[in-house]
Amino acid sequence: MSTEPLLEVQDLVKHYQSGGWLSGTRQTTYAVNGVSFSINAGETLALVGESGSGKTTVGRTILRLQEPTSGSARFLGTDLFDMPRSALRKLRRRMQIIFQDPYSTLDPRMTVGSSVAEGLEIHRIVPRADITSRVHALLEEVGLDPDDAKKYPHEFSGGQRQRIGIARALAVEPHFLVCDEPVSALDVSVQAQILNLLLDLQRDRGLTYLFIAHDLAVVRHIAHRTIVMYLGYIVEEGTTDLLLTTPRHPYTQALLSAVPDSEAAQVADRIILPGDPPSPSAIPHGCPFASRCFHPEKDQRCRSERPVLRTLGQSQVACHYATEEEA
Amino acid sequence: MGVPTPPSSPLLTVNDLHVVFSTRDGDVSPVDGVSFEIRRGETLAMVGESGCGKSLTCLALLRLIPPPGHIPPPSQILLDGQDILTMAPEALRQVRGGRIGMIFQDPSTSLNPVLTVGSQVAEAIAAHQKASKRELKTRVITLFEEVGLPDPASRYGAYPHQLSGGQRQRVMIAIALAAEPDLLLADEPTTALDVTVQAQILELLDRIRRARGMSILLITHDLGLVAGRADRVAVMYAGQIVEEAATEKLFQSPAHPYTRGLFASIPKITGPKQRLAPIPGVVPRPSRWPTGCRFHPRCPDVLSQCAATAPPETRPAANHRSWCWLTEQPKAP
Repeated sequence: MSTEPLLEVQDLVKHYQSGGWLSGTRQTTYAVNGVSFSINAGETLALVGESGSGKTTVGRTILRLQEPTSGSARFLGTDLFDMPRSALRKLRRRMQIIFQDPYSTLDPRMTVGSSVAEGLEIHRIVPRADITSRVHALLEEVGLDPDDAKKYPHEFSGGQRQRIGIARALAVEPHFLVCDEPVSALDVSVQAQILNLLLDLQRDRGLTYLFIAHDLAVVRHIAHRTIVMYLGYIVEEGTTDLLLTTPRHPYTQALLSAVPDSEAAQVADRIILPGDPPSPSAIPHGCPFASRCFHPEKDQRCRSERPVLRTLGQSQVACHYATEEEA
Repeated sequence: MGVPTPPSSPLLTVNDLHVVFSTRDGDVSPVDGVSFEIRRGETLAMVGESGCGKSLTCLALLRLIPPPGHIPPPSQILLDGQDILTMAPEALRQVRGGRIGMIFQDPSTSLNPVLTVGSQVAEAIAAHQKASKRELKTRVITLFEEVGLPDPASRYGAYPHQLSGGQRQRVMIAIALAAEPDLLLADEPTTALDVTVQAQILELLDRIRRARGMSILLITHDLGLVAGRADRVAVMYAGQIVEEAATEKLFQSPAHPYTRGLFASIPKITGPKQRLAPIPGVVPRPSRWPTGCRFHPRCPDVLSQCAATAPPETRPAANHRSWCWLTEQPKAP
């Protein structure tokens, strides 16, 4: 791993306006509220959170599939947010995305072969004459049959479609892949196949992943470092192993405790959080997690003063009262 | 209702259940000879991947299979000894939403968006019991309290879109409980919810089951979810039950290679971190089910007879059933 990060995101903010002035329903959704992190080449960083945590928005704004409200994202030495769209196209070769539901991202009227070839043609990756053989090689690399190039997306199962989505992303030889819940829609036996494929591709191609997920057990198997998000804020960041063995933030502890565990059935120890996360359009003052927090020292300060990320051991934690001792 | 049934007999007995869909290319049976029991007050989990027939099994219990699907003989679904499949329409209506309640994966599609949630629960109560308007409202608010809706009295007049996903699922549970069922069918009740909310709903279902002495059939794709929550687990593959055991036994010593494969492919949150061992291949479609044991093309321990002959029911231990040639003659201890 090089010392210079491949991607460095600073103070990323994304707010959405919805409704109109005239209808009187205008409101702002605070999806991402000042998120900073970096990813080294060859590393996997996981963004974990529940719906409304802003994790998907972070992934999409980095690729400028959505425009950020403010912040910066340096990738290979240039600021992605400060770039005209025309220049972005060239860089898109280096960063790709795979989605949760590959079926909705594949054109049902295009054969799998032409879907995979599209990127090769647009970015002139190989001479025209070599496109077919490159498509076949890509399909084989993701565990499909070269003959599958002639088929249409509806002829494949969910896991095979995800393989097609991965082949399509790999075609342009990217350095960096945003994986947005890539295994959430798959059956467990197939999910394991795709996770292993992503690990193998990282090893063989030196890929860097931003892995967006809600399942901590999946994250444990794929990510070197993990960031936990809640209502658009980072609440904890650390190496995945550390985060899962000694979670410092009460929210991380609750998330971990809610993971369905087939090994241990420690029902009595389960932390059941009350209520739902507040709406991203009405984020409370102070700590965003205060309304559901069970920390014994929770007090007025939590409701008025927003905790900032601070170093605790080898993790970064945004909690006034998290300590280094075991919880 | 006649002679009271002794409490030791099972609440529901399913014998050789088939669900058949007639298509242009012939009949397919996505549920193909399923037999199991649900005892009083217990939770039975039915686990399997998509297409294994678990949801159709659940729908069949209430005769809710959409045409052109049908349930041919000799299928039997005995509720306290009475066959649901041969019931007259009026008796069936008393079972549906009466003795057997049901909740689904996506509560937002099951609720009427233009009616208040309170009136929808009231409707469910009125369908099975006589009560005045005032009584109904009180009963609804009591139910809302029981399912843990915050501020139950003011939720009566709320519309579904004003509630979160978890709250909507609580309303669905209230509707299912309205007629005080003996059995609750829960088809992937938490799959659409966030993990912290999922934990709340599972806890709630368990609390209600204990408080009311109700039975639950929990249909899920997630083996991890049933640990510590179900009394027994039935694992389905390709339209059939391949293994059934008490939950602890199944987790400690799974006998069927498919069950073992499922465990090996689930990422664990604790213990040594190993490369996952996925089951090779994909789940076959009902029209192309393999001969013999339906798992044999994907099985790591396949024997010579597996492709030709379907395995018999075997008993690797007491209260443990497995349909596999490997366990046919258990080794001496």
